[in-house]
Amino acid sequence: MKNNKRKFTTYFYSLLAAFSLLPLSVQASVEGNTITLGAAVSLTGKYSTNGKHTKNGYDLGVKVINEHGGVVVNGKKYKIAIKYYDDESTPARGAQLAERLINQDNIKFLLGPYGSGLTKAMAPVTEKYKVPMVEANGASLSLFNKGYKYLFAILSTTEQYLQPAVALAAEMAKDPKKVRVAGAFENDPFSQDISTGVFADAKKRGMKKIIDDKLPPDLNDMSATLTKVKALKPDLLVVSGHAKGAALAIRQISDMKVNVPMLALTHCDSADIIGKFGKAAEYALCAAQWDRDLSYKDKYFGSAENFAQRFEKTYGYAPPYQAAESAAAVLVYKDAFERAGKLDPTSVRNAIAKTHMQTFYGNIKFDKTGKNIAKPMVLFQVQDGKYKVVAPTRWANAKLRWPTPPWSKR
Amino acid sequence: MKIYHYIILLLALAAPFLLPDYRTQLAFLWVMIILALSWDILGGQMGYNSFGNIIFFGIGMYTCAVFQRDAGLSYYPALLLGMGLGGIVAMLSAVILGNALLGMRGHYFSIGTLGLSIAAGELAGGWDFIGAGSGMTTPMFPGALGDRDIFFYFLFFAWTLVTFITLRWLYRSRFGLAINAIRDNEDKAEAMGIYTTRYKVVAWIISALFLGVIGGGAGNIIGFIDPKEVAFSGSTFGVWMILMAITGGKGTLWGPVIGATVFHITQELFWTLLLGWQRVALGLLIVLIVLFFPEGILGWLRQRYPQRFAANSIKPDQAS
Amino acid sequence: MFDNFMILFDAPVFSIDLLVNGMLIGAIFVLAAYGMALVWGVMNIINVAQGEFVMLGGYVTLVVVKLGLNPLFGIPISALVLYAIGWLMYRSVIYRVVDRDVFTSLLATFGISILLAQLTNQVFGANVQTIDTGLGTWYFMNGDVTVAIIKVIAFVLAVFLGLVLWLFLKKSRTGQAIRATSQNPRAARILGIDTHRIYATTYSVSAALCGAAGSLVVMAWAVHPYIGLPYTVRSFMVVIIAGLGNLPGVIMAGLGLGVAENFAGFILGTEFQIAFVFLLMIAVLVWRNFALRRQRKYLK
Repeated sequence: MKNNKRKFTTYFYSLLAAFSLLPLSVQASVEGNTITLGAAVSLTGKYSTNGKHTKNGYDLGVKVINEHGGVVVNGKKYKIAIKYYDDESTPARGAQLAERLINQDNIKFLLGPYGSGLTKAMAPVTEKYKVPMVEANGASLSLFNKGYKYLFAILSTTEQYLQPAVALAAEMAKDPKKVRVAGAFENDPFSQDISTGVFADAKKRGMKKIIDDKLPPDLNDMSATLTKVKALKPDLLVVSGHAKGAALAIRQISDMKVNVPMLALTHCDSADIIGKFGKAAEYALCAAQWDRDLSYKDKYFGSAENFAQRFEKTYGYAPPYQAAESAAAVLVYKDAFERAGKLDPTSVRNAIAKTHMQTFYGNIKFDKTGKNIAKPMVLFQVQDGKYKVVAPTRWANAKLRWPTPPWSKR
Repeated sequence: MKIYHYIILLLALAAPFLLPDYRTQLAFLWVMIILALSWDILGGQMGYNSFGNIIFFGIGMYTCAVFQRDAGLSYYPALLLGMGLGGIVAMLSAVILGNALLGMRGHYFSIGTLGLSIAAGELAGGWDFIGAGSGMTTPMFPGALGDRDIFFYFLFFAWTLVTFITLRWLYRSRFGLAINAIRDNEDKAEAMGIYTTRYKVVAWIISALFLGVIGGGAGNIIGFIDPKEVAFSGSTFGVWMILMAITGGKGTLWGPVIGATVFHITQELFWTLLLGWQRVALGLLIVLIVLFFPEGILGWLRQRYPQRFAANSIKPDQAS
Repeated sequence: MFDNFMILFDAPVFSIDLLVNGMLIGAIFVLAAYGMALVWGVMNIINVAQGEFVMLGGYVTLVVVKLGLNPLFGIPISALVLYAIGWLMYRSVIYRVVDRDVFTSLLATFGISILLAQLTNQVFGANVQTIDTGLGTWYFMNGDVTVAIIKVIAFVLAVFLGLVLWLFLKKSRTGQAIRATSQNPRAARILGIDTHRIYATTYSVSAALCGAAGSLVVMAWAVHPYIGLPYTVRSFMVVIIAGLGNLPGVIMAGLGLGVAENFAGFILGTEFQIAFVFLLMIAVLVWRNFALRRQRKYLK
């Protein structure tokens, strides 16, 4: 009992010592002639493939802007840099890291994480601190009905992803009322919103929903769902589950010889289904935010194709759209900084809200809720080992091949 | 109260003002301490190594969020009542689950509870009423910017105090002796006339209460509830609570507190310094702690400096 | 849910498809469960890193294919590499916890499992990886029942390895030593058996079995760094359903689990497939414990 005091002093000192270990290096958002943006992306965990694409996109955007002389705000030249954290693909971590970027690292301009779930977790934080966040990878429509004022998405939202596919299915069938739709969607915010969008669209056209399965994120086998597809023979099968869902779907559909007239997916290019599965991927329809064949241009990257080449040269693989949209997000910041003429979050936020520009990635103009309304989605079909744009008609460079022949004839 | 209690109290009260930039992390520190303390009731004091205590955290979180969403009350009463309700629902589930699971021992209990926490996450992910896989967003804090962190900091601190004092009182009472007896030898304890099942279930209920209440609060400070990554997050909070209790020294009152503090700070450092490699480091840390510090920091100190750190009560044997 | 049930009644052929596919995935559970049963029975350790060994086996085969070899060579090579990794794990970590209480080993192997999964993520990335063996698919009944040939190989191999393992434990000198150690390590030591070597062999053999399983997983399904835990938990389930030291039981339980899971996914919807497995496990545990309680015994 006598020793309690001493015993405690030890606790006390060790506690103090532990706290003093916390990194207290506070780096301001704007320091000297560098503007630091902050981002928490998934470098580990289930989204890390796409997290990596996101980071590469951001890095390339920063590099190219700095090569072009950086940002000029009110006559003063700044370079851009990004402070990264790894959110481990978990929302709890994402929210903490957003807070950390804003509070401890004193960063006033955020770039988005990968994925709708993570964006959902971070948006309330940026909103709270009134710090703008330009995000390129959170497409969930539910992000934009909460009245967030500091969240801007340069990508098309989830309900638009597979709209063209549903429209095509309706067009091809003589009577859309007879079209039966089956869906298998990963059980996460993004894919579930895709599901809502697809089925709402299908319902509007009078189509019938016959399967709606939620795939658990750690599922490694979707043969139960595919058996159901075989039994019910839908006219349109929609699968969405990030890169993993696309890979698994193509693999097992070809293994189990499931015949569907039309198969629509998301994340084909980030899963590299052509490279991995070759012929088995033929006829699949894929929603994409962007394609290298589109005719958009800007003065930093040049055309979409120029961006793609530059990206390939830097990172050694063709850019999936996740990388393109991330690079474009950095361009939005540059544009906004220059128009704002000041570097406080509110002015920059207001400047972002007024963005109206074309980038290699597409036109960018935000509506009141902060989502980009100036850019359509494109729909690919895998044809002869290439992604060909089949919708919308304005960009189409190939005709839809429909129906998909049965496996016995492929 | 001893002098060091005052020092700690003072420090805890002053911390958010001394380190204003770290308020949210500090508030989270209390969450971590409660996680560790409440795991230790079963894992340390009773020798039942549960991998499933996270389930009560998740139940509390969802109950509170649903209450806030549907009750139609204004922010503060909804939050406080929701947290309370979360605790009650967690306790009720502990009663039901406790009777089924606590009959098992050793490996079986551990894995059974592990399965339970995974199943809970999967079920929550399939239930549309609570947002299924899309998760739930908790309401925004109505007050000014700085107030939110201060509010949650003191709310969590208060609950930590309640938890700590209750446990301190319990461990010194007959209850503490009974669950220690169960840990040391359950069959003998039963033979001595202790209603072991009753004590085991009660211990689990207590653990569930503390977790359920703090779960509701944690859901609000995180802001977004995902069934598998936030609420029933077996691979993060679920394991961390065990690790924290062991790091500090399981089966002691102060051990989980020290363990949680050290762990929380280490983890924050890892996140900053080892971009992308932090989980590798975490895995390595687990192995190293288990191999070389099975008794935890406090246990090690007690062996090393028995005069200074020896417990006031009987020294707990290594659980087996 | 009811509609799905009716499909099976209206077109029973799909139950055959579910049954066959379920048994084929069950074969992988069987392979992983052999290892789990061995390590548990002999060393009294629940190896949480079991699933990560499966995952690593998959990645070894990937490397083998990248080197230009036929993927089928991946099966023995993965087994060999995993044998070595298992040995290394034993020598560096496991031997320190083998005599300690069960919880310590549980946590230590859990640490290993995080470590391996995250390292794999850093080295290979989180991409889903798969290999096409080009062996094709058999189909019956108008394509309503399909069987990928590689899955059949997995099935045959699982049964074959089960037989080999059984013979090895029964007949070989090392096998007898393993059994002796599992019955009474102290007596075995007295009789001149180097128990640490036996433990190391057991652990490595278990890892090698998982390696072979992983190699089949990457060819028949897909791998990514985080698939470990589901395999660990399933192999654990298989072992508790079968009971320790019951190899034929492991085969039955593993196949049964695969089938049950597939039917659950079909009838309840995939979102409840995993939940069903775990609830089933808890139900089995509670039920077995309840049955024992009457004799004043319990699961331990």
